[in-house]
Amino acid sequence: MIGDLFARELRVINCGLEGFAQKLTLLGVTVIHVEWSPPAGGDPRKAALLAALEDEEA
Amino acid sequence: MTIASANQTVLRRLTGAEPILIDCGPARTVMGLTGRTVLHAGPPLGWEKACETMKAAILCAIRYEGWAADDAEALDLLVKGAVEIAPCHAAGAAGPMTGMVTPSMPVFLVEERQSGGRAFATVNEGLGKVLRFGANDPSVIERLRWIEGEAGPLLGAAIRASGGIDLRALMAQALRMGDDMHQRNIAASSLLARLLMPHLSRAGKDQDALVRVAEFMAGNDQFFLNVAMAAGKASTDPCLDVAGSTVVATMARNGTDFGIRVAGLGDRWFTAPVNTPQGLYFPGFGPEDANPDIGDSAIIETIGLGGFAMAASPAVAAFVGAGGFRQAVAVTEEMAEICVGEHPRFRIPALDDRGTPVGIDVRKVVETGITPLINTGMAGRRPGTGQIGAGVVRAPLACFEQALEALAAAR
Repeated sequence: MIGDLFARELRVINCGLEGFAQKLTLLGVTVIHVEWSPPAGGDPRKAALLAALEDEEA
Repeated sequence: MTIASANQTVLRRLTGAEPILIDCGPARTVMGLTGRTVLHAGPPLGWEKACETMKAAILCAIRYEGWAADDAEALDLLVKGAVEIAPCHAAGAAGPMTGMVTPSMPVFLVEERQSGGRAFATVNEGLGKVLRFGANDPSVIERLRWIEGEAGPLLGAAIRASGGIDLRALMAQALRMGDDMHQRNIAASSLLARLLMPHLSRAGKDQDALVRVAEFMAGNDQFFLNVAMAAGKASTDPCLDVAGSTVVATMARNGTDFGIRVAGLGDRWFTAPVNTPQGLYFPGFGPEDANPDIGDSAIIETIGLGGFAMAASPAVAAFVGAGGFRQAVAVTEEMAEICVGEHPRFRIPALDDRGTPVGIDVRKVVETGITPLINTGMAGRRPGTGQIGAGVVRAPLACFEQALEALAAAR
């Protein structure tokens, strides 16, 4: 499976740390970088508060 | 009501507000500010916690009213409780920088036609050594007395004769002319002057007085700032009773603390220590001279202008040291990430006529860690210095984290 992946042209979606995308770009790999970070900087207490205040489904 | 629908109600009130400038007169009569009271900017503040710039302004305001002959006497009155200090916001006003309002000062009266609510702001004194920046020498009091005795009454007569000035329409037009309505008000000030001049001319029986008022207005690019703040206050206060809403209805600073109020939580303040603005300094001043963030003028950002409208005002981005046009667009786009909508009237030509981001959502601020960016003047930290520059400053995240806790607890 992994062998198949690297036998073809790599097209990468990178989430989070931009450094990974930059390295791949330098190697000529097509990369789309998605800016992402965990909600509230990854703080579980604040994430729980945010979850409690999520908009209800219509 | 769901949070989403509560927030839409707030957004409709914020953007549907119709603030009309209807008068200018003494705070004593126009806003009922009686007794020996000095109003200040920001959330509630005890004298002991006030920064030196705020203290200098309060003592000077007491001298201006004639309640004390010097600062020592003024301080004695405060200590004895013979003079009270209170936040502008608690009295229906919004005050730039130190935010001083006392009973004799003329204030603009803005009526919001949807709610019938009213809000007030003093007449902007101009730049440099002025009370709002903590300057306190005799020239400051002399100018204040001239505003009280000559400029205020003439402006009041002109505004009443105009039949009222639609501030939302004026601000929308000024935005298209490059104002952010916080650090750049030259277009709005000019538009207001254009509307008032015919009425001023008719109201002014004394030619010399008329010339002095016309020169005062023409010489102050920030003349409109206080009017915009009263419009902001009149537009946001009607949002403070929408249960369940997570949208910010007030942002204000007193030089010590930054405070926010949230539409769903009423009159309760959430405060954290203020940051110090970063920006450009007048010659002879630097970062070590800057006072921490101060003033009710962040009400401008609360209604989707100021830093939130940076893309409409690239000249401001350069003036406050925030870069060029691309950076200005980036700021507006970043602020859009923490807002619930766009303003249908405040539109930015350079962004294909999109509305400015408006309605700061406490949840989005905590989730993303993006805090509101505010364009601001910088006061000197040493009493009596006055303005030393202009810059940008971020609201502290801690205010929003506290509000998030309270919102979750109230659910």
